Amino acid sequence: MSTSSNNMALTGEPPKALNVQQKLATLLGMSGLGILVLALFNIDFPNKGLWLTISLVAISFGVIWFSWASYAHKHKGIKNDGVWFKSISSHGLWGWLSGIALTGFYIVLYFYPQYLGLVKDGDNQGVIALFDPLSKLLSGNPASQWFVYGTLYTVAILAFGIKFIWKYRHNTYEKIRTISVMFFQTAFAFLIPEIMARLNGDLPYYDFKNIWPLNYYNFEKYRITAFIDAGDIGLAMLIFGILSIFVITPILTYKFGKRWYCSWVCGCGGLAETAGDSFRHLSDKRLFAWNVERWVIHSVVVFVTLMTTAVVYSYLGNDSSKYWLTKSTFLIGVASILTAVFAWVMIYKREQLQKDAQYGAIGYFVIIAALLGFHFFSGDGNIFLFKAETLRKTYAFLIGAVFSGVIGVGLYPIFGNRVWCRFGCPMAAILGFQQKLFSKFRITTNGGQCISCGNCSTYCEQGIDVRAYAQKGENIVRSSCVGCGICSAVCPRGVLKLENGPLEGRINPTEVLLGNDVDLMDLVNKK
Amino acid sequence: MQQKLRHNVQQLIDMEHIVIIGNGIAGITAARHIRKLSDKKITIVSNETDFFFSRTALMYVYMGHMKFEHIQPYENWFWKKNRIDLVKGYVTNVDHTNKNLIFTEGEKIGYDKLIIATGSKPNKFGWPGQDLKGVQGLYSKQDLDLLEKNAPNNKVCKRAVIVGGGLIGIEMAEMLRSRNIPVTFLVRETSFWNGVLPDGESQMLNEHILEHHIDLRLETNLKEILSDENGHAKAVITDTGDTIECNVVGLTPGVSPNIDFLKESGIELGRGVKVNRYLETNIKDIYAIGDCAEQHESIGNRRPIEAVWYTGRMMGEALAQTICGNRMQYNPGHWFNSAKFLDIEYQTYGWVFSSQGKKKYEAHFHWRHPEEKICVTIAYQKDDRKFLGINTFGIRLRHEIFDRWLTEERSIDYVMEHLKDANFDPEFFADYENDIISKYNSDFATDITPRKKSWKRILNL
Repeated sequence: MSTSSNNMALTGEPPKALNVQQKLATLLGMSGLGILVLALFNIDFPNKGLWLTISLVAISFGVIWFSWASYAHKHKGIKNDGVWFKSISSHGLWGWLSGIALTGFYIVLYFYPQYLGLVKDGDNQGVIALFDPLSKLLSGNPASQWFVYGTLYTVAILAFGIKFIWKYRHNTYEKIRTISVMFFQTAFAFLIPEIMARLNGDLPYYDFKNIWPLNYYNFEKYRITAFIDAGDIGLAMLIFGILSIFVITPILTYKFGKRWYCSWVCGCGGLAETAGDSFRHLSDKRLFAWNVERWVIHSVVVFVTLMTTAVVYSYLGNDSSKYWLTKSTFLIGVASILTAVFAWVMIYKREQLQKDAQYGAIGYFVIIAALLGFHFFSGDGNIFLFKAETLRKTYAFLIGAVFSGVIGVGLYPIFGNRVWCRFGCPMAAILGFQQKLFSKFRITTNGGQCISCGNCSTYCEQGIDVRAYAQKGENIVRSSCVGCGICSAVCPRGVLKLENGPLEGRINPTEVLLGNDVDLMDLVNKK
Repeated sequence: MQQKLRHNVQQLIDMEHIVIIGNGIAGITAARHIRKLSDKKITIVSNETDFFFSRTALMYVYMGHMKFEHIQPYENWFWKKNRIDLVKGYVTNVDHTNKNLIFTEGEKIGYDKLIIATGSKPNKFGWPGQDLKGVQGLYSKQDLDLLEKNAPNNKVCKRAVIVGGGLIGIEMAEMLRSRNIPVTFLVRETSFWNGVLPDGESQMLNEHILEHHIDLRLETNLKEILSDENGHAKAVITDTGDTIECNVVGLTPGVSPNIDFLKESGIELGRGVKVNRYLETNIKDIYAIGDCAEQHESIGNRRPIEAVWYTGRMMGEALAQTICGNRMQYNPGHWFNSAKFLDIEYQTYGWVFSSQGKKKYEAHFHWRHPEEKICVTIAYQKDDRKFLGINTFGIRLRHEIFDRWLTEERSIDYVMEHLKDANFDPEFFADYENDIISKYNSDFATDITPRKKSWKRILNL
């Protein structure tokens, strides 16, 4: 359909035109960003603390002012007017430019931090130096590229979080959820680790809400050594890390679905839900994309499991008299856990997985075969032909940096805000597995009320074709659903509800919808 | 031998060619279910679009919430994969003696069974100027394209006048307001949609419409549309004597069956295509479903013609059974419907009539939130307090629960007591059951305490 404009105004027509306040707010925000860019080009600001404050305040207030100017004068309700007309949110010029700029930032951040001003064995320069005063205030140490990133990340979640709350101010679920991600980012990801570093410099940097396999490095040798060397606190942290994935996570996911993590706690989810909200509709909804998703994300799970096992294996010893956990006991342990999970799924949950069970079996046997391979074909520090270290580095580069950072966030304006969460995150895959098979969470479809309009599918950041279920009267039980609640919010007919209920009646394959002849419904459902 | 014969007959039935005119929800549902039940050859003819789309979602395309491709519920490969042939063309007549459809250029397509699912067309009541440029309804994809041309922004369209206070009228007003186009809304009734809604609800919507800066003019009819020198609408004159300058006139006084092409066909027509409870027309092997079908006799409180999404879908499901050898009546369950008026969601289950349509045996309980635009009306039978239906604005309710309560013929007291089971609002939303029930108690001098939500009851476990 043509949406061509008949006049030449660059700012366009309503609903995409900016009002005066929005323009001023953009100016304010951009000037804050401008200070950072000037610092990047080594403009030496005299009073760094002051200029950093000015910059961050300008960026934050720019965003908040912009949101206020966007929503304050409107009635509460869904605010999607013009989403597909605006250049930034419909693959237009601004979308591509911001995608390229963000991607560029991530490439520099991960691979060329020296361009941000990181100096080895010397004082920081450039934009990193601008952040030194804040870093020293918190941890006592000079800033690193990661501190700069962490600060900007937190500012983004807070400022865009306020925007999101404004936008969905009619929706209590969205408001509470957003306050939650804002809190967890500020406290757990940003402040606590820095303060802990100040209190006890020997403790490894630990963001407690980052759980293996998302923090794939958690069980590497240097961290384990640091945990153990730090005494009781360190040991407690290590045990917490193990409990997180094996005990806490399954319990919470059983009760609430994986949303407790992905859209209430996680930092990646936090950024996606706040700064990335304007891009949620860009996720690919095709069946093809779903097929790609399942292969890619589960391959990452296999990869991270093998990598972590290999890394731990490589630093364990062979002599059980020195330490109870040896190379072989460890491998047997891993194999037993995997076998137990696999057996449980195959015995009790086979029908729910259907065709996917085969893929699960393939994944399982690849891992088991590899584990056996470790045992029989590994020499000193070698896993098959690779060094464990090579495997780890490859993972860190491909998944940790390129996938989660460069593609995952850099390409928000191109592929949507949850590319990483949907295609790459092994944590999301494991939680999704739990959610699909063993959770009280579902999105209930309200009888026959669906009109197939497509708002739910369009605004699903995870690319789930929600409508495909809703129009058949089926509840949505999908492993990739992060429970953001937007499908329910944008539904004009009150068809969808996220809820935790009994396992019985959670999956309801209904072919003929409520409202029709009761006998016909029985008849068709029999087939 | 006999077995072979039976086999051959079966093969013939399998190869039967089912042709469906119209690719809306009724025709598409029929096609999908026929495919599920059989291997018959299926062809769908449409002159509107290549693929099925959700008509009720057209508004969101104009408002920029979605692109047109998003309101198509199935990906384009779906049809070929399911062996449903799509033909784009306009059927000018049906030759039922030779079982042929005749197209504009004289081409023909043969059928074994024909399903007419051609939907509706916007009503026009012979107003002077109703065919001027800039005057349009909002029903088809073509109407959407036309609106994009007529009202791309508030420079080209400085004001729009909408005539007809129904669901499409208010949708069209919302669409135009999303582009900051001033809208005047002419409504014949004394209050918006009060032919359908009880007064309290209708009044609340009047307020909400004004809140959205829509110039709502009640009890006002269109008299004439004035033309400029290029044959384009430039103003309307109302029966209250006002002249309102405008560039676009939206005509939304309802729809009627789109069946003009059948006038010479010999198929019995009333306002729509006349069908019996099996959705069969007077001519063998020709059926009609959806908006264009007219029941000989009303089913319950339903109208003989129901231009509603859900009805189209249910008829499609029922007819697919008949076509595939399991002859079955169209036997709809309890009435339900929903809509969204600007920011306010509306759901209804069972029957709640307006003050004009109210039955002798029917009484209402009404609750409205003191500040928010939220309200509920419950209809019940005066003598035995049987629950008849509920209208809800700004609160979502569970379809399944009300469907069950209607079947079980529960009393309004029972509904009140278990109202928390029926709440379908998102988690953490404020709930209003306690307020509603305390108003109920004070209205009827009852002493009902609401029971806690029970999953056991909700899921019938």
